[in-house]
Amino acid sequence: MKRIRLWGTRGSIPVALTAAQVRAKIEAVLRGARGVDLGSEAAVKRHLDGLDFHQTGTYGGHSSCVEIETGGDQYVLCDLGSGVRPFGQAMMSRHGPGKPQTYNVFMSHLHWDHIMGLPFFTPAYIPGNRLVIHGCHERLREAFVRQQAEPSFPVDFSIVAKQIEFVTLEPGRPYQVAGLIVTPKKQLHAGDSYGYRFEAGGRAVVYSTDSEHKLDDPQETRAFVEFFRAADVVIFDAMYSLADAISVKADWGHSSNVVGVELCQLAGVKHLVMYHHEPAFDDAAIERVLADTRRFEEITRSAAPLKVSAAYDGMEIAL
Amino acid sequence: MEFNNRRYGEVVVVAPAGRIDHASAEDFRLRLAPALEHCSEGRDRVVLDFSAVEYISSVGLRVLMLAAKQVKAQKGAIVIAAMQPVVKEIFDISRFNYVFAAFPGLREAVADLSTQALALYDAG
Repeated sequence: MKRIRLWGTRGSIPVALTAAQVRAKIEAVLRGARGVDLGSEAAVKRHLDGLDFHQTGTYGGHSSCVEIETGGDQYVLCDLGSGVRPFGQAMMSRHGPGKPQTYNVFMSHLHWDHIMGLPFFTPAYIPGNRLVIHGCHERLREAFVRQQAEPSFPVDFSIVAKQIEFVTLEPGRPYQVAGLIVTPKKQLHAGDSYGYRFEAGGRAVVYSTDSEHKLDDPQETRAFVEFFRAADVVIFDAMYSLADAISVKADWGHSSNVVGVELCQLAGVKHLVMYHHEPAFDDAAIERVLADTRRFEEITRSAAPLKVSAAYDGMEIAL
Repeated sequence: MEFNNRRYGEVVVVAPAGRIDHASAEDFRLRLAPALEHCSEGRDRVVLDFSAVEYISSVGLRVLMLAAKQVKAQKGAIVIAAMQPVVKEIFDISRFNYVFAAFPGLREAVADLSTQALALYDAG
């Protein structure tokens, strides 16, 4: 495994910056630049590099889609949220229509925000390409067929069916796919969800989204600690605050930044990537959660430091 | 887990000590239960004196959430007091500051719940 690319990081539904939010960012940057010498391109870049991420960038709004670059010929993706559309565009730019590719996908579950990108994934429409969709749900195929059926979408699934295979996996069993060992794990979410642990060349990456942790079962905690054990990167559903996750939003199937840090600390993980951001949060709110979470990691640390990041669309993590 | 509880009129001060984590959260829940049982409209009010709590994990915070829900259902009152700085930070980062009224000192917490209890507290 060489690299992780996050194409879609937002939870539940895609969102976009409004014109007012973009303008507010520009105004804040201009205000902060008063009296700063911006006479050269280098000076402009230096000034921007010194600002917070939320001032000059955005965490983005595509729903779940993560690429794991294996270093081999085949592609590996987690989930087919709206983030798979820009991934598909990048593939078309890189390979064009004339060079068939294989895309291995691992589905956390079949809720709308995790499947909605497939009808807009251009490579799926090109004969010769292979899309192998792996998952633990019995109704894996049905979910994709249904979303492209009338009256919900104008292009029927049968148009892409020749390029698509479905493979049902069993949780707890390791599989060899595209040079990786992939192990699914059942998680708590309406209709069940599955996390995936990817291992190769002494590296481990865990994708664990849409996963609620009830905190009332030590055995369940131990099972997740083992699933995360010594991973280089854990991509973790940190949608809510702990207070929300165990009160007003209990049983909504999501977790918190605090539980993410605790599980990763217990498991000796190197890098926690907070994922599936609350759609109601703007960039500044996500950055505040990130600052809080880094502080929480610092004050609860008892062993090696855990790196904490907030995922954003376009983020790349070298392995 | 050590507890040092005392009473000022209708205000019961529950004072756990040490770490409230995976190892001790269940003990914390069991020892808190009797005080919560009588924490209802017209009966006892509860102050959680956290001055001797060194750390609280998510599992411990879950016990506090269950306590807050139980007391709300019983129309009682429960507040928290005298958190050490690290515990206060954990409390705020977890957004439990929206769940519990928190006071910097025990006296302020007792005063918030009852003037009669405050008089007894001040009398020592």
